[in-house]
Amino acid sequence: MAFFISLLKAFIVGGSLCVFAQILIDKTAMTPARILVLYVSLGVALTAIGLYGPLVSFAGCGATTPLLGFGYSLAEGVKKAVDERGLIGALTGGLTGTAGGIAAATFFAYIFALIFRGHPKK
Amino acid sequence: MNLDTNEYGKFVRARAPKSPVLKNCLCAFLVGGGICAFAEALFHGYLALHITEENVKTLVPVTLIFLAALLTGFGVFDDVAKIAGAGTLVPITGFANAVASPAIDNKSEGLVLGVGAQMFTVAGPVIVYGVLTSVIYGFIYWIWGIAV
Repeated sequence: MAFFISLLKAFIVGGSLCVFAQILIDKTAMTPARILVLYVSLGVALTAIGLYGPLVSFAGCGATTPLLGFGYSLAEGVKKAVDERGLIGALTGGLTGTAGGIAAATFFAYIFALIFRGHPKK
Repeated sequence: MNLDTNEYGKFVRARAPKSPVLKNCLCAFLVGGGICAFAEALFHGYLALHITEENVKTLVPVTLIFLAALLTGFGVFDDVAKIAGAGTLVPITGFANAVASPAIDNKSEGLVLGVGAQMFTVAGPVIVYGVLTSVIYGFIYWIWGIAV
């Protein structure tokens, strides 16, 4: 039962965060690239002021999977690194916290670029 | 037909295609929510395999990135994204697609200036602004720690 409740929480919170972005796309004509940049920066800011952490505790992957969660990982990485290493952590923490995602995206995209052909834009 | 500006405005609005904002939002909610629920299920699945929680936190986004890049390669991702809009864009799948799609499409320009350079046309700004804000946060957090 707890398993299904956690799925439901992730579904509702994650879905709602997508709806906000959809409204921005439809109402302001923001490009997808700007939406992604906005969400990452907002994720860092919301984590910094202590609002995003509680949402992650509540919704789990519903909060960490949207790009706001990428910002959350950056901010959490920085916080941990500053606690451990001092000021230098401000430079090392962010990319350390997100290293897995960035390396995975780079590696898989490269491998699939070798395997697949491009698709003509419809 | 003689119409003043006001009437012409009404005429145009009545004939313009209705912006399906509600339908778009519903699609974004269902697909985006579905991806997040799938991620949550993966999270529990990996934990059940006795993988440490710290590794699971990395493994879940890595799995989603792998799947999104694979579906981009097959050309399926774009078809889903057309319907789902922000539903596939906002989760980490959108980031993976933003890396994989130009990499695959620009292969003909070569492995360095095509795949290598084009890979980060959209994902690059995301990393730039993410790192920028996180360094600023780190600096403020450090000052705060000294001052308090």
